[in-house]
Amino acid sequence: MQNYLPIFILIPLAGFLISLVLPKNDEGKISFTAFGTLGVQLLVAILFVANWLGLGAPDWQMTGWILFKNSDYVFQLDFLFDYITSVYLLVGAILTFLVTLYSRYYLHREPGYKRFFNTTLFFYMGYSITILAGNMETLFIGWEMLGISSFLLISFYRERYLPVKNAVKVFSIYRIGDVGIILAMWASHHLWHQNITFSQLNNAELVHEHLQTHSFIGVFISLMILVSASAKSAQLPFSSWLPRAMEGPTPSSAIFYGSLSVHIGVFLMLRTFPFWEHQISIRILIAAMGLITAVIATGIARVQSSVKSQIAYSSIAQIGLIFIEISLGFEKLALFHFAGNAFLRTYQLLVSPSVVSYLIREQFYHFEPKDKTVEDSFPDKIQNTLYLLCLKEWNLDSIMYQYLWNPMKWAGNKLNFLTVKRLIGIFVPILIGIFVIKEGNYFSNEWTLYMPVILGTIGLIFVLKSFTQRRSLRLSWILVIINHITIALAISFNESYDSKETWIYLSGILVAGLIGYACIMRLFRLEGKILLNRFHGLSEEHPKIALVFLLACLGLTGFPITPTFIGEDVIFSHIHEDQFALAAVVSLSFILDGLSIMRIYARIFMGPNSKTHTEFSNRYF
Amino acid sequence: MTTTHKGFHVEHVLHELKHYLPAQAPLMDFVHHNTLHAFQHLPFHEALRKAQTTLGYQVYLSIDQFRELYHSKRINDDILNNVIEKKKGAKKTTQWKYKLLHQDLDDLPNPRIGALRGQWKKVYNIDLDSMVHPNLFRLISSYLDQGISIWHFPIENKSFLEAIKELEKKSWVSLFKGKRAKNMLLDDHTTLEDVLSILVGSHPHLYEQYLFDQQFAHQGWSGMVSTVEDLPQTLLDRRQISLHDLIMLECLLEIDTIDYLLSDGWIGIGNTLENPLPSLLDPIEHSEVMEILSIFQEAFEWTYYDQVLAGIQQESKVSKTKGPKSFQGLFCIDDRECSFRRYLESIDPQCDTYGTPGFFSVEFFYQPIGGKFYSKLCPAPVTPKYLIKEIGDEKKREKDLHFSKHSHNFYTGWIISQTLGFWSALKLFANIFKPSMSPATASSLRHMDKFSTLQVDYDALFQQENGLQIGFKIDEMANRVEGMLKSIGLVKDFAPIVYAVGHGASSVNNPHYAAYDCGACSGRAGSVNARVVSQMANKPEVRAILRERGIDIPHETIFVGALHDTTRDEVVFYDDEIKDDFYVKLHAQHVKVFEKALDLNAKERSRRFESINTELSPKEIHEKIRLRSVSLFEPRPELNHATNALCLVGRRELSKGIFLDRRSFLNSFDYRVDPEGNYLLNILKAAAPVCGGINLEYYFSRVDSEKLGAGTKLPHNVMGLFGVANGIDGDLRPGLPSQMTEVHDPIRLLLIVEHFPDVVLKTIQKSAETYEWFINDWVILASVHPETKEIQVFEKGEFHPYHPINKQLEHIREIESLLESNQENFPVYLIQQD
Repeated sequence: MQNYLPIFILIPLAGFLISLVLPKNDEGKISFTAFGTLGVQLLVAILFVANWLGLGAPDWQMTGWILFKNSDYVFQLDFLFDYITSVYLLVGAILTFLVTLYSRYYLHREPGYKRFFNTTLFFYMGYSITILAGNMETLFIGWEMLGISSFLLISFYRERYLPVKNAVKVFSIYRIGDVGIILAMWASHHLWHQNITFSQLNNAELVHEHLQTHSFIGVFISLMILVSASAKSAQLPFSSWLPRAMEGPTPSSAIFYGSLSVHIGVFLMLRTFPFWEHQISIRILIAAMGLITAVIATGIARVQSSVKSQIAYSSIAQIGLIFIEISLGFEKLALFHFAGNAFLRTYQLLVSPSVVSYLIREQFYHFEPKDKTVEDSFPDKIQNTLYLLCLKEWNLDSIMYQYLWNPMKWAGNKLNFLTVKRLIGIFVPILIGIFVIKEGNYFSNEWTLYMPVILGTIGLIFVLKSFTQRRSLRLSWILVIINHITIALAISFNESYDSKETWIYLSGILVAGLIGYACIMRLFRLEGKILLNRFHGLSEEHPKIALVFLLACLGLTGFPITPTFIGEDVIFSHIHEDQFALAAVVSLSFILDGLSIMRIYARIFMGPNSKTHTEFSNRYF
Repeated sequence: MTTTHKGFHVEHVLHELKHYLPAQAPLMDFVHHNTLHAFQHLPFHEALRKAQTTLGYQVYLSIDQFRELYHSKRINDDILNNVIEKKKGAKKTTQWKYKLLHQDLDDLPNPRIGALRGQWKKVYNIDLDSMVHPNLFRLISSYLDQGISIWHFPIENKSFLEAIKELEKKSWVSLFKGKRAKNMLLDDHTTLEDVLSILVGSHPHLYEQYLFDQQFAHQGWSGMVSTVEDLPQTLLDRRQISLHDLIMLECLLEIDTIDYLLSDGWIGIGNTLENPLPSLLDPIEHSEVMEILSIFQEAFEWTYYDQVLAGIQQESKVSKTKGPKSFQGLFCIDDRECSFRRYLESIDPQCDTYGTPGFFSVEFFYQPIGGKFYSKLCPAPVTPKYLIKEIGDEKKREKDLHFSKHSHNFYTGWIISQTLGFWSALKLFANIFKPSMSPATASSLRHMDKFSTLQVDYDALFQQENGLQIGFKIDEMANRVEGMLKSIGLVKDFAPIVYAVGHGASSVNNPHYAAYDCGACSGRAGSVNARVVSQMANKPEVRAILRERGIDIPHETIFVGALHDTTRDEVVFYDDEIKDDFYVKLHAQHVKVFEKALDLNAKERSRRFESINTELSPKEIHEKIRLRSVSLFEPRPELNHATNALCLVGRRELSKGIFLDRRSFLNSFDYRVDPEGNYLLNILKAAAPVCGGINLEYYFSRVDSEKLGAGTKLPHNVMGLFGVANGIDGDLRPGLPSQMTEVHDPIRLLLIVEHFPDVVLKTIQKSAETYEWFINDWVILASVHPETKEIQVFEKGEFHPYHPINKQLEHIREIESLLESNQENFPVYLIQQD
């Protein structure tokens, strides 16, 4: 039976591929493909789970394909099916099935009808990969797909300003979660000295034995997992992205941000529970984070005057409680709670437009001029302070700007001397020089020790510039490519490793980089020079270039469509366990790479079209 | 924007701003109005040009859309030639036609709004909107909130700005980042001039422009604040907010943000201008593109008007059916009743139908049993002095725990999500596969209980409540019934039963539900009015007075109230008052006629709905239409007034023989009853703003769904129960969602009056307000000579004869097969008479 596990990925994959080639205006076929796919998935899942229960609900592990292997690193696809997967599989299939049926009429005549179902199926495929994953590497593939599809769903109304802005915002938080997982994988590679599967984590002795000798690295891994899970499940301090993700059509907000997407962090915690089970400090931390989130998010939910943000914060509060339940070891309760919360919030969001007629009727018949709430018993000053804090979402949204993005922008602005000419004229020869010197073994040992961090930092500066500069499109694109090359060069100082691995890493980058560059040049020819200082919204006029460029962007960010995805993991496996500075620099580079590239994509192809919208036109709708 | 003085007067500028801001009331009181009411003092095309250039609205279809309409023959070539010739002269016709159809055109003129405030971005690279708007919107929304938040705004009974001050004073956290703005807020002497002189510098002549830029960057919120300031009663839980307060707070937040970003000091934006910007007040330059669009617009309109006018002339004179009447039905003038009446008449040729505004000339406030407030049941501009109460026992209203506030607290939510959560999955499943009525549905039937009693009579014991007279006195009743009957020309030949049929709608998941109900009842169902007018007309005392005034309602005639649900195509009769066996039998026969007509009407409506196969039998289709109204996933429960284009004021025979495809408001009127045009004046006073308002709201929401319409409703998020926005940080979206307007052809209303042109001319000149609609061409007026059928069109203050280009319209015999043919708008057909 376990060898049939990939079927739950192949069904959505087939549906997704079919949905891609259907004609844009054939609503019937498009929606039929979507709910048909989900219907089959649901049916197969029910039969599968019934059968599995009949066999006594065993944990099934399936080792899939080895995609890459060297002396000390293996990248392989693994699948796992246990009670956690079964609940996530069923809840996900039921909700997605119902919501695709719902959207079939709801989205009628919407210009993005096909795009909506394409993205939904793609999302669902990512979801399935994530919940069936048997190891971190496989999970990471699904994880990345969830991130991109979220970006595309939030910016579904790509011709408007706010959805695009918020999509980039959410993507930036997700990117933090991605890097959390990369670092967790890096550290666990050094902890286990082999590829570990989730089912091996259930072997308490094995885990215990390794953690005893490496308690610090164990804590580090747990923390990275917690960061990733918190980002994806909108726990503090990342909570403010969830209400802002409610920009797409109501059904997509309902299913993704009300239920499935936002509970993936919970899944990660459940999946890795055996790993941190014995780290009491981590468990206390998780419970504390969950409790603070529950309390604060409830406060914020209570003051919301818009129905969707209220549901979003209530959902966050419940997920905080689920985190507590997991930390206490009540996994079954957490799963039950997840399912209930997912169904409830999906339904609440779907019926949210009805709130006007319902509550106005309530108000008409039951209005009390002095309706007291618990907060009215607080002293005035405490009441007002808490109210204002909740109204400003405890500054969660601005904190992200103030302490994360603004310092980066500030640093980026200090690099104004970097122009395309100088960049190519000065830095490229230097990099080539370093490469030549290195190949000739002219570096002293001491230099070899420091070179990776130095080069990594130079790479980080490149990408910082790429992310923050507001003018040249080409410069930003080239800087990202050079950043990748610099990182490859930096890692190559670490040890003499197979140059084949460098090529695995760089092949995707170079191909994607060249294709993207060609797209940019073609656009320049058609549209004149495009600057990064505003949105241009060109996807309607150049849908084909937009699609190709999107693929190039994905390739350049290390999305699992090119070998670069594997290359990234390989690169990390060559960072030594004591090189925390290098790991930090490289992972920061990866975060910024992704952001810079998605920003470029959004600026060129999304937002209000610059020809029909003047610079000062109202953007806040 | 009308005066040219150089200084700055706060009151004047606020007044100007309020004039131009959207005037849409909260969702509950959604009433259609001319979106560009502020420009109505100007002729239509000039007004549109001004609105485009100053405020940046899209006011016509795009040139590509017009050319497409021309190529698909929806714009008639001859008519296009005529329009060009009339506007540009015969010599230039060829040249202009080439421009219209083929020439590459310049872009539309650049809008002026936003340029001054845009300097922040240009000069200082500051994106003020993204720093200020989210906090500002949230504060207003929380202050105005009617019941979404659980923890209400903590300062009660204070005006907005005072409440903000109090909040700022008594709190450890501040709304502001720096000291300056905070101190200015707390200083009671701070004036708008003070804050503007900081933001703009000492250039008072720029203040007005700055405030227009600032407020039109979020016209939705500003418009809501301005409306609530003027009409505080539109929120059940009232609030004291004013545009002044909003501007003051916004300016302070702007100062604070700039202080924070430019901590080294900065100067007002007016000082950075190198060249003067075009002011909003400057005259509008001529624009060829706009002229081309206006020509296309007229050609598009006249292509349709011409068919209608031709139809009216060519229609074979239908003689009024002889013999006794089976029943008479009084309906709302609403365009949605147009086809329903046609079916009633064709199923039962002995019946007559009439159209009158759906409040049936009785204006009052209504209080249902247990209601804590009154709802107004008459056109929005009227303020009634009467109160009608429902009497009886309070009924239980169903609850839906999904809207319960307990699910939002983490402790109660813990229980609810693990219990009710699973129930929601079942409910969702049920609604997708078998939709049914639920507490979440906004149903027209909930407006009034069918079996309750209404207090219609004035009772000397309980005369007044909150300044309103409870019930009507006999002479007050007689005046109203007389007014209604005379205006529609029903003064003799009464049938045994006269039905007064109000209308309402049912929908779910629809924040704009009030827009679907009767506009003449302020966005409520018309059931109460229908019952009240029937009870009045049934009173012997009232009839006695009416008899003296020339209306002899025979003893054998009874009036019965009813409600037509336009979404579900169902009619509820308030018939428990029919006691006599004779009437019970008669009524039962009529009910059958109604049911058949409703099935057919459902079928006619269904041709626009993708999800329903129009070839099915009327009964099957009707069942699907009912399901549609309660389906959560259906964003178009009905199409409301979409495609409306006409308003006919005249006898039913005027249009009985032409197929108008549900595009016409029908107001009954008999010139013989009203030779002087006195009742006509009342009709036009109501029809021009009501039908014209509906028509223009559809027009502008259709041509600019971004700024004047609400855009697609799929991502809408309900704010505070009074408005919708996209996402959580967006501006409010007044206007109509695109799902309501997408099939609408944006053309102005053609109002056709059956009377002598000189009487019509005299009549419209009696009321300056009404005259403005016609003289400025916001509504096109035509008269039909009641005897010769000669058509005259009102233009530049006079009536001119019009000879339709369409010489012979097509006849149709089978409406059903026509309906099944396609989804698009039909041309005008003559209905074959046997």
